[in-house]
Amino acid sequence: MKVKNTEDLREIKDEFFPLIKQRMGYSNGLGITQVLVCSGTACSSAESQDFRLELERELDRRNLRDNVRVFKTGCFGFCQHGPIIMVHPGEVFYSKVRPEDVKEFVETHLISGRVVERLLYQNNGQKANNIEDINFFKAQKRIVLRNCGVIDPEEIGEYIARDGYFALADIILNKKPAEIIDRINKSGLRGRGGAGFPTGLKWELAAGQNVSPKYVLCNGDEGDPGAFMDRSILEGDPHSILEAMTVAGYCIGAAQGYIYVRAEYPIAVERLETAIDQAREYGLLGKNLFGTSFDFDIGLRLGAGAFVCGEETALLHSVMGQRGEPRPRPPYPAQEGLWGKPTLISNVETYANIPVILREGWEWYKGHGTSSSKGSKVFSLAGKINNTGLIEVPMGTSLRTIVFDIGGGIPGGKKFKAVQTGGPSGGCIPEKYLELPIDYESLKEIGSMMGSGGMIVMDEENCMVDIARFYVEFTQDESCGRCTPCRVGTKRLLEILKRITEGKGEMEDLELLEKLAFDIRDASLCGLGQTAPNPVISTMRYFKEEYIAHIRDKTCPAGVCKALLDFTIDEAKCAACGLCAKVCAAGAITGAGGQPYRIDPDKCLKCAACVAKCPKKAITKGVRKEAVNIAETGIHTGTGSQEERAAL
Amino acid sequence: MQRPEYTPGPVVRKKGQLYDHPEKDIEKIRLTIDGREVEAEKGMNILEAARLAGIEIPSLCYLRHINEIGSCRVCLVEVEIKGAKTLQASCVYPVTEGLVVHTSSPRVRRVRKTMVELLLSDHYRECTTCIRNLNCELQNVADNLGIRNIKYTGEMKSLQVQNENSFIIRDYNKCIKCRRCEAICSKVQEVNVYSALNRGYDTVIAPAFMQDLSAVACITCGQCVIACPTASLTEKECVESVWEALEDPDKFVVVQTAPSIQVTLGEVFGYEVGTVVTGKLVTALRRLAFDRVFATDFTADLTIMEEAHELLERLDGHGKLPLLSSCSPGWVKFAEHFYPEFLENLSTCKSPHEMFGALTKTYFAEKEGLDPKKIVVVAIMPCTAKKFEASRPEMGTGEFKDVDWVLTTRELARMIRQAGINFHDLLDEEYDIPMGIASGAGAIFGSTGGVIEAAVRTAYYLTSGQEMDLLDYEELRGFSGLKEVWIELKGRKIKVAVAHGTGNARVMMERLKAGEQFDYVEIMACPGGCVGGGGQPIFGTREHKEISLDYRHNRADALDRIDFSKELRRAHENPAVKKIYEEFLGHPLSDMSKKLLHTYYTPRGKAPGLNLGGIKGSHAGHVKENMPPHDTQYMPQE
Repeated sequence: MKVKNTEDLREIKDEFFPLIKQRMGYSNGLGITQVLVCSGTACSSAESQDFRLELERELDRRNLRDNVRVFKTGCFGFCQHGPIIMVHPGEVFYSKVRPEDVKEFVETHLISGRVVERLLYQNNGQKANNIEDINFFKAQKRIVLRNCGVIDPEEIGEYIARDGYFALADIILNKKPAEIIDRINKSGLRGRGGAGFPTGLKWELAAGQNVSPKYVLCNGDEGDPGAFMDRSILEGDPHSILEAMTVAGYCIGAAQGYIYVRAEYPIAVERLETAIDQAREYGLLGKNLFGTSFDFDIGLRLGAGAFVCGEETALLHSVMGQRGEPRPRPPYPAQEGLWGKPTLISNVETYANIPVILREGWEWYKGHGTSSSKGSKVFSLAGKINNTGLIEVPMGTSLRTIVFDIGGGIPGGKKFKAVQTGGPSGGCIPEKYLELPIDYESLKEIGSMMGSGGMIVMDEENCMVDIARFYVEFTQDESCGRCTPCRVGTKRLLEILKRITEGKGEMEDLELLEKLAFDIRDASLCGLGQTAPNPVISTMRYFKEEYIAHIRDKTCPAGVCKALLDFTIDEAKCAACGLCAKVCAAGAITGAGGQPYRIDPDKCLKCAACVAKCPKKAITKGVRKEAVNIAETGIHTGTGSQEERAAL
Repeated sequence: MQRPEYTPGPVVRKKGQLYDHPEKDIEKIRLTIDGREVEAEKGMNILEAARLAGIEIPSLCYLRHINEIGSCRVCLVEVEIKGAKTLQASCVYPVTEGLVVHTSSPRVRRVRKTMVELLLSDHYRECTTCIRNLNCELQNVADNLGIRNIKYTGEMKSLQVQNENSFIIRDYNKCIKCRRCEAICSKVQEVNVYSALNRGYDTVIAPAFMQDLSAVACITCGQCVIACPTASLTEKECVESVWEALEDPDKFVVVQTAPSIQVTLGEVFGYEVGTVVTGKLVTALRRLAFDRVFATDFTADLTIMEEAHELLERLDGHGKLPLLSSCSPGWVKFAEHFYPEFLENLSTCKSPHEMFGALTKTYFAEKEGLDPKKIVVVAIMPCTAKKFEASRPEMGTGEFKDVDWVLTTRELARMIRQAGINFHDLLDEEYDIPMGIASGAGAIFGSTGGVIEAAVRTAYYLTSGQEMDLLDYEELRGFSGLKEVWIELKGRKIKVAVAHGTGNARVMMERLKAGEQFDYVEIMACPGGCVGGGGQPIFGTREHKEISLDYRHNRADALDRIDFSKELRRAHENPAVKKIYEEFLGHPLSDMSKKLLHTYYTPRGKAPGLNLGGIKGSHAGHVKENMPPHDTQYMPQE
């Protein structure tokens, strides 16, 4: 059917609403049980789809299909404990379910009506019966992710039942573009792609161009290591993006939109394809929307795996089929974008905010967040943290809340060291800023940035020099190679960092590193190069002593940098079984039966294979206590006796 | 005699537009640069505005209207604008009213220096033995910025130098990724040989799969060589081979100079652009001990005779129209790659220097009683494409090549320096007789529009028996990308057109493809014709370096002055030409002419040598001289 007006939408809503009603915790009078199986990438890789198929087969076998309905749904965010399923009524939240658990689940929960205690999540030993009891969800505020884990992303009716497309219908039928842009402006929404440019202003700029055609573009090229906000939105709520882009098209006067999404997100791509097909079928995309003269359609463009294509001008080139390279701005894409025409580019999460703002009103939206940053922000938590996953918090939430309350703190009782925000472009934030309410400005002040929302937690076992090296290695590899500072500069930056992690650094290198980092930041053509040195600058600012330890003392305090480690066998523990010598590929371990084995540090490649093999846990990797290399002579101190060293 | 000002023709092209700057009322903008209020034109960038105000901003990747990508980051300036925290590339930052710019603040100087240091840290620095030593933009910028040591060191590129072909050498280890070669090849010439491959530090600007230029649809025009700020792209040097020939007592070495050499060679020795140095050129060549010094202008006259007759024959219905000129080997190869369906339209005339070679080893050898195998013909050409042309197997007989060695203007200048000749002090001498006698028509071959104008002069005489009153077709000269004009000939009006730069040629060919009717079209591969050729002098150290492009006007004017100053202005009046027909060739398009002066063409396809092997090895065997006698890559495809 083709939707012509709000009444048509209401009809669809009425059909699907009972399901949603039950999921929201109300009685729907249908007398059925719903099982929502998380079908995001993380849970799917943990075999949630096998669980779902097995469940369906089991239900068929027991003839329960009339009473129990199974749905796919988007990401709950609790990825560490996936696969997740949720059962309504009762909002029972099961974690880490396995296909083998299906039988028990059906018998206990669905037939006997008892909760399967074994599969419940435990907060510090306390079983959490439903989602409200889980600390991970307590401090969250789901605005952008409101539909993730609630609706079936492959069913447009469920999105409509959540009031989707109503705002679009109202706008196209009754509102003027300027009015809507004004609302976006007033909401205070800022771009979620990283830089935080006011979204309303961008729309205004694009709308003000007296050129046609214009284009609407959605940036779904989420490339930060450890970031999956956009992926989860696209997988869990694709229609919100389509609706927002159509509204944007109406406001700026565009008839064509493109979503640029990474090809590495196959589920997101599939869901988007389904969503676009359904929207076209319902007349929500295509010609003459709602019977007006307004046309709007959306095409998909798949990225081929270049981080730099997340930069808007590089993305433009890539969409047009050219090499993904940034170009200088001005002209801005809103002035000259795709094929030289005005193009509105926003990030997935930015678009996901639009329908809520339009539905709930800008005043409501503005009520969340800080004075300069409104609304909420989705973060993906990763690294040394108990609850890795996807979270959404109001702007202004402190890092401590995120890391310790939501994230559940550091595993293994280790000490928190830093949190990296903003991906490779961001910086490492030390413990002293944990109380800081995060928004665009505060993060920038302390040398990091909001970025797209990746958040990687580090503990005492992370070497900050090595972290800086990791990120610079990433950016230098992903540099497009167009401008000098990014192409050659990041390479040299990496070489200096490598020198330091290998114990070959000199104190002058610190000065060089700092100067080069600032010059790359000042001189680069695009955001990638300008922010590439941030991990170096921020770690040097907050963890300079670690750099100095690597250079002056030739030690890696965190015990990460291989070249600065010594593997030693505890003679008291050694059982002289010889397994270590057998597994050693370098032939560095020698010994004979009955005698403790020894490792020759010259030959040792520090692969740690022996550590894994030793049944007595007698081999330790340790931090070198003393300087090891005396210049390039190959003479090793610290391995001989005190007397011998004195002789050197 | 003073020539009237040229009036620019209609603006045909927008993309990669080079020469059409129609005077308009351009809005003036006032801005502050380094504390001085200066005036600039709307649409200008900061770099241009500063240069206009006498403030030099160093740059490497910038080529006005051709390469404006802000990639080298050497022209960075500080712009006082809200929110601008980073430095801005002045070559792409448009001027706006009231803009405040600092081009030499401590921060700017520091960062600029770092940029050049970074470039140098990945540049194969062998300055003292480099072909561009003392004429290198990178060297110049480094010197201007006072770089004394390179703090950032590390891995350097170590890729094999590609020198398998007979015309252009690519040394990736000297490339600074300014991408000027890519821009000129794709935007001006529209041949699209180069593009960026790989990414990050591994980025190279190269033909597809890093193949040699001989394996891709390169037209060998050498515009990339002129555009290159370093020695990453250079001509294949043949200087040593020519010295060897000169030193060999058994060899009789004949040299010929292309028309444009006499107006460009002086530039290398510090003369104003557009200075005519014909006499000194001849003297210098004699001092280099060439046995005869001749002018290619002579065979240019001969080409006109042949081509004018060919035109008349085709107008009479024998052969395809329009007749396309064939004296630019870059253009010929362009047609072979991209427009093989028009190869029958190409004039069968060899280019003048090949005609010259063929006649030297037959007519001249016979006259002087020399063994053609002992004659070495050296051609001084403004052109890298002629190096390739000379290696075509069809250019010569089984016994000898028409032309043995082709030297560019730059290579000749190097020889003159090597011989210790003080060019300034040379007296003027005359070309040898007979193949040094030329008309003004032969001279203007060297700039766009010249061939057709010279041919029309002769064709007019041939058909009407009278000389044309007006010798100059103003409409055909000048630097408009495409020019077209109606000419009264043989009692009928014929439509002729001129295109220069293969980008313009492409436009012309597409119009022909679409069915537009023309009778005679002159096409030159290089923008501006031979005066803008890929073998012409390069200015790496000029303060206002705009490479040779903007000097083409002056060079062309100089050729026109030569034409004006001559008594002899029509090819058919050239007594030496008359004589060669009487004594040897018979008449234009005779069997002898066809055997010696005409050639055939080979369709080559757009990907002639797809070989996915790519580049291998290290920097070993850096640059080898001596091109192979024949370029086997180019055997015609049967």
